[in-house]
Parts: sequence; C-alpha cells; structure tokens
Amino acid sequence: MATMTPENLVYERPLAFTDTPTHYCPGCTHGTAHRLVAEVLDEMNLTGRTIGVAPVGCAVFAYNYFQTDFVEAPHGRAPAMATGIKRCLPDRIVFTYQGDGDLASIGTGEIIHAAARGENITVIFINNANFGMTGGQMAPTTLPGQKTTSSPNGRDVELQGYPIRVAEMLSTLDGAGYVVRRSLHDPTNIRKAKKAIRTAFETQVRGLGFSLVELLSTCPSNWNLTPVESLTWLEEHMLPYYPLGDFKVAPSITAAKI
Amino acid sequence: MARELWEGNQAIAEAAVRIGLEAYFGYPITPQNEILEWLSRRMPELGRAFVQAEAELGAINMVYGAACTGARVMTSSSSPGISLMQEGLSYIAGTEIPVVLVNVMRGGPGLGNIAPSQGDYNQICKGGGHGDYHPIVLAPASVQEAVDLLPLAFDLAEKYLTIACLLLDGSIGQMMEPVELPPMREVKRREFPWATTGANGRQRHVLTSIYLEPNDEEQTNIRLLKRWQEVQEKEIRYKEYYLEDADVIVVGFGTAGRVALSAVRAAREQGIKVGLFRPVTVAPYPYARVAELASQAKTLLVVEMNSGQMLEDVRLAVNGRTPIEFYGRLGGVVPFPDEILAEIQRVARETPKMVADPAKVWLQRMVETTKK
Repeated sequence: MATMTPENLVYERPLAFTDTPTHYCPGCTHGTAHRLVAEVLDEMNLTGRTIGVAPVGCAVFAYNYFQTDFVEAPHGRAPAMATGIKRCLPDRIVFTYQGDGDLASIGTGEIIHAAARGENITVIFINNANFGMTGGQMAPTTLPGQKTTSSPNGRDVELQGYPIRVAEMLSTLDGAGYVVRRSLHDPTNIRKAKKAIRTAFETQVRGLGFSLVELLSTCPSNWNLTPVESLTWLEEHMLPYYPLGDFKVAPSITAAKI
Repeated sequence: MARELWEGNQAIAEAAVRIGLEAYFGYPITPQNEILEWLSRRMPELGRAFVQAEAELGAINMVYGAACTGARVMTSSSSPGISLMQEGLSYIAGTEIPVVLVNVMRGGPGLGNIAPSQGDYNQICKGGGHGDYHPIVLAPASVQEAVDLLPLAFDLAEKYLTIACLLLDGSIGQMMEPVELPPMREVKRREFPWATTGANGRQRHVLTSIYLEPNDEEQTNIRLLKRWQEVQEKEIRYKEYYLEDADVIVVGFGTAGRVALSAVRAAREQGIKVGLFRPVTVAPYPYARVAELASQAKTLLVVEMNSGQMLEDVRLAVNGRTPIEFYGRLGGVVPFPDEILAEIQRVARETPKMVADPAKVWLQRMVETTKK
C-alpha cells in the first residue's frame, strides 16, 4: 500500500474511537453522530479528561466505541448521572449521548432540570422519531400520522398527543446556554452538525453552562425504508416539523466567538 | 469531643461532613428534611458538592454518577422516596460501587404518614430493586449510635463495593439527644482502580450494570454473592442486654428495640428473667446468634413497628425449635414500654406453645383488644 500523505488522505479513524465495529444497523446515522463527537474530542484533545454517559436505547453500547471513560445510565437518567460526575470532577468534560425515548420520554425530568440548573455538561440528543432499540414503537418525537409498531394506524394526535420539540422547549430555560438543532441527512448538514458539537464542547470547556445539540437522525430498520429513502424521508417529513436552528445561544457564548 | 445536644438528622448530616463526605444529593421528604437542609449550608461552604435534585430519581442517579468517580457520596430519604430510588439502587448494586443511604422510615404504605415506622425493613433488607443483590443495613437505636455507625457504613460500602444503608425511623431522625460527634477530618479522595475520572495516561474505565451475555451476568451475580457471603461471615453486629439467665428473650431492632429495653428493665425489677437481643446489622442478619439464643430461651418475643417483617428472619433462625411470640404496632404507632412490659409479663406467665404463625396469633389478639 502506498504511503498516505495528508494531501490524499480522505478518511481515517478518529483517535477517540476504539477499534470496535459498531452494532448499529446499516444506514443508521448513529455512526455519523458518533464519528462527529470523536472528531471533536480529537480536535480539542479532550479524550483523556472526558467521561461519557451512555443511555438506554440503541446507543446503550456507545461506551464500547470511545476511548474515553464511560458510564452506562439507567433509562433517561443520564443527565442526573452526568450531574453527579461533573459536580465531583468539575475540571473534567462530561457528555451524555441520548436518544429520543431516553431523553424526551422517560428522562424529561432529568434533562429539563439539568438544563434549568445550567449544569455544565454537553448533551448529544438523537431524534429519530421512534424507539429504535425496542423495535420501533412510538416516541414523543413521532410525527403526527407516522406509523410505528405501537401506533399502527399512524400517530393520532387526538389520542396520543403531539410531538415534543425538545430544543425549543429547553431553550426557554434561563439555565440553558447553547441549544441547537441540526440534521445528519446530507454532507452539508453533517458539517454544520459537527460545528455545533464543537461549539457545545467549547461551551463546556469554557464553563459557560448547559449545551445540547439535537441531531435529526434516520432509523431505516424501523422506518422500513432503505438508507437512502430514509435520508429523503427525514428531509421531507422531519425538517418541516423540527426546524433546524440555534434556539438558545447565551450572550456569553456569542461573546466567546467560538 | 464534648457531648452536645443534637437533633438526629442534623447530627447524622454533620457527622457525614466531618468524616469526609464529598457529595450529597437529595430531595425533600419528611421526616428527614434536616439532613438535606443542614448539608445545603455545610457542603457549599466547604467547597463540596450539594444538589437538591428534581426528584428522588434524579438524586439517586446523581449519587450513582458521583460514586463512579470514587467520591465519598451519600443520599437520604424516607419511605416513598426510597421507593423511587430503588431503580438507581439496583443499578448501583449491579455496577459494584460504594454508596451510603440514610433511610428514615415513616408510616405506610402509600403516602402513609410522617410518624416513625419500621415498615420498610423488607424493602431495604431484601433488596427492593430488581435483581439479586444485598445492601448492608445498619439499624441504630439512638442518635449516638446513628452517628457512630455512619463511618462504619462508609467503610463497609467502600470495602465491599456495595450499598450501605443506615436504617432508622422518624423518631431517631427528629429527637434531640446528647451526642459526641466525630472530629473534623480532611477529605481524602480514594484512588479506586475502577473510578471513571478521565482516561489520561491509562486504559479507559467503563462502569456499567449491563451484561448482555447471560453467562457474564451469572458470573457477576456469583461475584456479588461471594462478596455478600464474606459480609455475612465478618460483619455481623448486635447488642445484648440481660441475656445470661433469660428465659424470655425479646428481639427488636432500632426504636422498637430501644423501647423494649425499657420494658425489659421494668420486668427485671419485677423479677422476670427477661433479656433483649438487638440486631445492629439487620442485613446481614445475625441468624447464628439468634439460633443459639433460641436454644437457651423458653420463648422469644419479637417486637417491631411493622407487621412482623424481621419476625420472618427470627423464624428462619429458630427453625421451629423454640416458641416465638410477636408484638407489633403499625402505621406509625410507636409502642409504649408498658405495652411491651405487659407482653413480657403475659409470655412469662403462660406456658410456651408452638404456633404456626406468631403474627397471626398476635393479630387476632390485637383485633380483640381493639374491639374492647
């Protein structure tokens, strides 16, 4: 094999990754989200002083893929665990990685109060509009009319209520520092997502408070679509309901010019 | 140190501070609020971690996270709050990390009341969360004993990588007694080889309670069980009073044991050969010692502020060899010494007889008494 020079290197495994193939389904954007986090950890040289908190859900085994120390939280409780870690080790970097069942359903109490306290942690929030690991049941983020294994006729808002827009909801809290939504459906948006993740970790490194990046993601297996169809479905159905944008950027973060 | 007048909850909180508590997370619930309130002032002024969580669910998971860093961490709650914490306690047990829990019981079930009770003995001693695990449970009968057992709770939790629980009730939590507190010690963060503190310059640490492969989970359970057996062999503690020549042996823990001691003293003055056995560790339970006492006594009288939860452990130890009697008060009612004295007198007077279920006989008697 020819020696790789920086000029022709187009892909390499981030140093923050372990040498472990992920268990995610083909076409799922969890892998992309993991990679973005790992790249940011590399770029900011944070791996040695970071502790990750894995959720219950598809990302339950996230701790297998990162070189950082990791703990595995009970369902929805990752922000509380992260709080306990950060309060004992304020100079370390603590992030949670949570799906929408974990964060927006069973874990609403923990995430709202972590944000309200201005807990100096970073949250990577994967919104794929269903419970992935348990087989594609309806999540709080499931779109009106969307069919899932527990809303077989499509989510009926009269009976099952409306989706929760997590980023917008948390942005109303004074304690929240940096709360944005990005998407992982095409390269342009993936680059923007990475920039947001970088800003979120920079927010924590500088002690500027709670940061959360919501990432719209695909779930081809449970959506019953091909990976490519899933990307299109996300763009056509999720983007209108979950607009991308910066919902809260505290003045101190703007002033820091990250 | 001088003896000072302290309220139980505050004494426990201040003792925790002095023996190096690094982090506390809690949620208000009566009758243990003074622990949270005391620490809300003391911890921040010493630069230590304190968070009033949004719920007991949050509190126990903050404790879980803090314990993963190797910090000396504690929470406290009362019955309904302890119920909410069971999820986290099971995870903590499965992750094999040290945590101290102060459990100030109140009347139940449900919202119950805020009066002293021992109704949560089974919940904590028999592992109220899911899965096979055993917390260490210490049951003080006075404020001084609570303060003295607290450092032991931390030491045991850290030695056996488990949950150690101080099990008391609202009366010990809220009464004021003269007490000698431990001296202020410097906080020393222990260097546990498993702590998640950042993987700088070492292999990364992962703390989890998930073992997807059943054989791995079985091995984990076996590891927990072996550790528990070691606890059972080495860490049994109890107090004995007037047992040398006792025909009737009263068995009671915590407040019930303390009230029973007054009754035993009164009975001794009347010439009744009665003594008291008071387990201090209710988990691990002193089965062997109770079995020994059962061969000495004509009758055992178990006294509790519940429907006979520890009675089951006594029956297990006695194994049908000696008659057992039971006397309980429920729902937040604390027995008076006179009531227990009357039971001692009755038991000493009557011919001991084996019954299938002492609690059933007691309940019948209690219903009849209430009718009158």
